[in-house]
Amino acid sequence: MHPKVAVVDYGLCNVDSVGRALAHCGASPFLARDAADIKAADQVVLPGVGAFDAAMARLTELDLVGVLTDTVLGEGVPFLGICLGMQLLAATSDEGRPRPGLGWLDAHVARIDPAPGERVPHVGWNEVDTTGPSPLFADVPPSTDFYFVHSFHVRCRDEADILATVPFSVGLTAAVARHPIYGVQFHPEKSQRHGLTLLRNFVGLR
Amino acid sequence: MLKTRIIPTLLYRDFGLVKGVGFDSRRAIGSPMQAIKVYEMRGVDELMFLDVRASIEGRGPDFALIDDLADECFMPFTVGGGVRDVDDVRGLLRVGADKVAINSAAVADPGVVRAAADEFGSQCIVASIDTRRFGAGTATVWTHAGTIDTGRDPVAVAVELAEAGAGEILLASADADGTLDGYDLATIAEVCAAVGVPVIASGGAGNFDHLVAALDSGASAVAAAAMFHFTEQTPLEAREHLRAAGYPTRR
Repeated sequence: MHPKVAVVDYGLCNVDSVGRALAHCGASPFLARDAADIKAADQVVLPGVGAFDAAMARLTELDLVGVLTDTVLGEGVPFLGICLGMQLLAATSDEGRPRPGLGWLDAHVARIDPAPGERVPHVGWNEVDTTGPSPLFADVPPSTDFYFVHSFHVRCRDEADILATVPFSVGLTAAVARHPIYGVQFHPEKSQRHGLTLLRNFVGLR
Repeated sequence: MLKTRIIPTLLYRDFGLVKGVGFDSRRAIGSPMQAIKVYEMRGVDELMFLDVRASIEGRGPDFALIDDLADECFMPFTVGGGVRDVDDVRGLLRVGADKVAINSAAVADPGVVRAAADEFGSQCIVASIDTRRFGAGTATVWTHAGTIDTGRDPVAVAVELAEAGAGEILLASADADGTLDGYDLATIAEVCAAVGVPVIASGGAGNFDHLVAALDSGASAVAAAAMFHFTEQTPLEAREHLRAAGYPTRR
């Protein structure tokens, strides 16, 4: 009844708020710091604040890349990457020193190129629209505002991976999905009511 | 469309929230936990919490306090006051801050901003700049809660800190603070024209027209403390007013 959700703690970010939001959604979140933790999970959440290269370096240092890949791609355990955690799904990034990402999606992470009048980082509430129905966005109305704060964005080479977009710059990818892999560029844990709905939806995925 | 953020600011000193005029003679206005719960309930866009005495007293951030407060925050939470180095930034992010504002330490050494942005990304580093102009004088940057005049030009400091990696500039007028007479629009306009990152206007907001004026001057977001604490105007009504003035806000 209370799915065990591993919140990957790789020392870079605020894992507290994600954990609290998941608990609020009826899950039993726990901090995952090693392979055994990941293997014990019903779901995995990879939060993230920080730079792409630094984050991949930490995941490698903690020896988590292999076990995450086996658990999610091998066993089909649902995975949600949040913000940088979604960007890490890409194979490559322009941020920091060149270092490969998880590469679970055929995607690249690039700096946001602001349209005239826009400022980067893209920070604040902006509306998210899905490209089609998804269990992750069940009960979330169209054009709901979610909270974003990022300077880089994910460019999917396979359009089928794009689950939602946000009207900023050229139109950015706000969410990706290829079951059991999910990612959101915004912060559901900081997006109040609808953010919690989305997390509740994720916790319900099998 | 990206919505214009309206950011209530909580100023903290000696176990309570305070609010004064011109960064001085602040009076207690209650418990921070209570205020956060109210703003959480009202679904505000973002909340800012500044420990206003930390730098003057040579203290670092109160991590235990922020840890407690963040537990009540399902909204974006920016924390500042007494942030000295990357360790303080890391500590605040770990206990639940989403963004960290660095003021005196950043003005003294932009390397602090650079190091923090390199490790945690620009998007969570806010460069906080306080200014005073004493009436019609030239605005200069003041540190340590508006007690020390660096003599420096706000535009030069803002450009320097944005280049160092700050993701946002929190631009506060220490003169206008608490007066309810309106923001220092000239400084806001100059800084906004000079940097590419979002600028949060702070200090002096007393009514909804003041918020609009700051946005007209180029600010991306508006912060207010006294206006929300001491008047009957609420962030929710501010949203409607801004929308009527042509600035998109959350519904």
